[in-house]
Amino acid sequence: MDFPLLSTLIWLPVAGGILVLLVGDRQPGLTRWTALGVSLATFIASVPLFSGFDRTTAAMQFVERASWIERYSVEYFLGVDGVSMPLILLTTFVTVLVIVAGWEVIRQRPSQYFAAFLIMEGVMNGVFASLDAMLFYVFWEAMLIPMFIIIGIWGGERRVYATLKFFLYTFLGSVLMLVALIYLYMRSGSYSILAFQDFPLGLREQVLIFIAFLTAFAVKVPMWPVHTWLPDAHVEAPTGGSVILAAIMLKMGGYGFLRFSLPITPDASMTLDWLVISLSLVAIVYIGFVALAQNDMKKLIAYSSIAHMGFVTLGFFLAYAIMRRTDSLSGAAMGIEGGMVQMVSHGLISGALFLCVGVLYDRMHSRQISDYGGVANTMPKFAALMVFFAMANAGLPGTSGFVGEFLVILASFRAQPWYAFLAATTLILGAAYTLWMIKRVVFGEVANDNVAALDDLSRREALVLGVLAVSVLLLGLWPAPLLDVMGPTVDHLVEVMTRSKL
Amino acid sequence: MTVAESAFLIPQFAPAAAEIVVLCMACVVLVVDLFVADRHRWITYGLCLLTLLMAAMATAMYVPRETVVTFSGTFISDPLARVLKLVTYSVTAVVFLYSKDYLRERELFRGEYYLLGLFATLGIMVLISAHSMLTVYLGLELLSLSLYAMVAFSRDDPVAAESAMKYFVLGAIASGCFLFGTSILYGVTGSLDLAEISRAVAALDGLNIHLLFALSFILVGIGFKFGAVPFHMWVPDVYQGAPTSVTLFIGSTAKIGSLALLMRVMVEGLGGVQQSWGDMLLVLCILSMGIGNIVAIAQTNLKRMLGYSTISHVGFILMGFLVGTHRGVEAALYYTVAYVIMAAAAFGMILLLSRRGFEADELEDFRGLNARSRWFAGVMLVVMFSMAGVPPFLGFWAKLAVLGAAIDAGLTWLAVTGVIFSVIGAFYYLRVIKLMYFEEPSDTLSLGGGSDLKLVLSLNAVLIVLLGIFPEGLISIFNQIVTAAP
Repeated sequence: MDFPLLSTLIWLPVAGGILVLLVGDRQPGLTRWTALGVSLATFIASVPLFSGFDRTTAAMQFVERASWIERYSVEYFLGVDGVSMPLILLTTFVTVLVIVAGWEVIRQRPSQYFAAFLIMEGVMNGVFASLDAMLFYVFWEAMLIPMFIIIGIWGGERRVYATLKFFLYTFLGSVLMLVALIYLYMRSGSYSILAFQDFPLGLREQVLIFIAFLTAFAVKVPMWPVHTWLPDAHVEAPTGGSVILAAIMLKMGGYGFLRFSLPITPDASMTLDWLVISLSLVAIVYIGFVALAQNDMKKLIAYSSIAHMGFVTLGFFLAYAIMRRTDSLSGAAMGIEGGMVQMVSHGLISGALFLCVGVLYDRMHSRQISDYGGVANTMPKFAALMVFFAMANAGLPGTSGFVGEFLVILASFRAQPWYAFLAATTLILGAAYTLWMIKRVVFGEVANDNVAALDDLSRREALVLGVLAVSVLLLGLWPAPLLDVMGPTVDHLVEVMTRSKL
Repeated sequence: MTVAESAFLIPQFAPAAAEIVVLCMACVVLVVDLFVADRHRWITYGLCLLTLLMAAMATAMYVPRETVVTFSGTFISDPLARVLKLVTYSVTAVVFLYSKDYLRERELFRGEYYLLGLFATLGIMVLISAHSMLTVYLGLELLSLSLYAMVAFSRDDPVAAESAMKYFVLGAIASGCFLFGTSILYGVTGSLDLAEISRAVAALDGLNIHLLFALSFILVGIGFKFGAVPFHMWVPDVYQGAPTSVTLFIGSTAKIGSLALLMRVMVEGLGGVQQSWGDMLLVLCILSMGIGNIVAIAQTNLKRMLGYSTISHVGFILMGFLVGTHRGVEAALYYTVAYVIMAAAAFGMILLLSRRGFEADELEDFRGLNARSRWFAGVMLVVMFSMAGVPPFLGFWAKLAVLGAAIDAGLTWLAVTGVIFSVIGAFYYLRVIKLMYFEEPSDTLSLGGGSDLKLVLSLNAVLIVLLGIFPEGLISIFNQIVTAAP
């Protein structure tokens, strides 16, 4: 077997996190540098995943397989395809930025803070890399523990309420998925996700399993109407926590749809696609309006996240409508690819926006839009970057936000012009709420003395936001590498999800 | 009847070697303790640990490995008995060790606690090896009487005395019910021998009214010993009222006794009419999970909260038994042992935080623990998440095993009910973590407790993590036991 790359990506950060805990808080400098070192090492280790990736096949790559619990046929089975690989890269990349962003900001128990993020990084990589359903579930739940702690210790005033709500919502969703997974195991005799995909199931079973999966993933995405934990969690979480939540944790819901719902219960997905599509459209339109009404910057971005994730789920479930309407599958792949690009791009953009709010919050200790005004006068560099990310969030062509939305809208037009019409309102609404916030915060006269006293970006902050800006631009202008990687996997997925299991 | 059968047979003593060792040593310790001065009380403590060690060696090395029924069919030694006894010794030893400092600081460091503990252990061992309703009852009473006395052991504490009374009165009623059920069962089957009963019952219709009558009464007794709803009234009061070291004993070691009781009487003796008692257990199971988890939310006393949490875990254990498959029994065994390991650690934390004149049994006492000791806050975090059934800890695999058994038997709705109650239950475990991590401490005293307590408690938590990451070993032990059973 080759070098166990995926195991490294999972266990290196976990071990690093434990190391950081051992270093303790007595030497904050050492703690920070250790954490940064570990996260950088993990990021560098994840590069071969991209460079060594075979772009011509939909098969699993970098596979590692060993028996774990024989009694229940649970395996330590890892592997990535074109869907999970980009998300792992996103995780390792964003974690480095989060560590840098928390550098001087975190004064209370820094070692536990950095350790929590590192351990979470490993566990999240585990979620994306697992090909055994029970292994997946273990990582999926274990991920909640560090996040629970991060929001609870370093969060804002209502952090306890927010973190309990976050934990219980997600836990409730995922235990139903657990029952579904055990059921599948009892029927098929293995926990391998790939075996689940080939296992025939009746429609009634599929529908129940689909609903169990939907509960788990819809809470995570989050889809309307189970989204209410997200604004609370985002608002109360420390900046780093918000970034990880928005950039990666939300993606797990989308990933779950691609890995579980669509291929394992294709007939139920086909029967119930109207449900997911309508919920997605509600998220896009209704939550767009809700975002317009927010006074709190973080809350606004949180609602914008929900709306953008609505695009992702919409794109994933368009295939069946396209098939029904045009009797062909061309365009189905486009929706899924659009959703995937949207996931990666939203990870970068929303992460960047939360970091921007974090920069302001560190200086003014307020997230209220009304406390700001004319920030551009005192922080020109920051203003430029924030305006750029806002534009990307609104889907400006040339940024990564455009690519995903455009692909999804094209695909939805093929499925049903009304879908496209509703989805396209986001172009207006998204621009409205984002730019209006920018207008009130960044532009205009200097609103008060506090704003007048602001310092521009430090070198550390500029580095983090600059790196993100470059990636957003790069992905927007040249999405081909990402699309190439996904291509075969998505084509294969479309084939599997349209093959009846009855 | 042939001559060979009617003649008196000398029983084989080797299978009962461990019981003999514990009994003899308990008597020796009883006498030695009389002559030991208070400041040398550690001698009693040491002798008790030595007894457990000797019993473990006897069980591991001397007792034959195959299944033996002896003492005129009243005593059985089989793989199940060996494993459960070994678990009992280790847990009892850990309990003794955790209790030492606590008792010493309360002037309760007397021989009685350890002696009663030894006799209770002997009761559990007899229960584990029981092969006749008579031995079952003998073991049950030996265990129960020792426990009543242990609860009342803190003489000057009116709360402890009250809980002891409550425990005793309710326990006596439950024992009476059990005995009454046994007598009807004897009337129906004509035997007290569990193997005979099993054979006789197989020939009976599951809806035989006398049999059902017997079953219900026996189940009341078992439900009480387990603390399953609606026979749970004593649990919160006794857990809260008893000295924490006794609560620890009742919450961990004694649970193995209840498990053995259910295993021997219901599964082995009355397994043939599983259909009949399975439905009765189903009611107990759902009520226990529901009431245990919901009422626990309202508690402010940690011991009381853990009492209700026990009730909810008992619901899960019963879920394993009621499905009536090998897989279910295996899961229930695994769950019980996993629960015992976690409960020992949870009560161990209370003992660690307690000081002279101060019981750390309120939730508030855990406030800000992370600022006082990061390591032990971490220990409690592991225990709480494990009890809530969050991977990658031991408690998750136990839940998984039980849920798997339920789904395998076609009871998916029951599994869904179970997981939903466990989400409700997660809330109160999380509240402990919230207090430890998200709030500042009200007192900044460093932790008490001897280094032996700290070391073993840490090992206990490490075990929960290790068995969570490598659960195979423990699972396969119970799998072997269950597949080896007829």
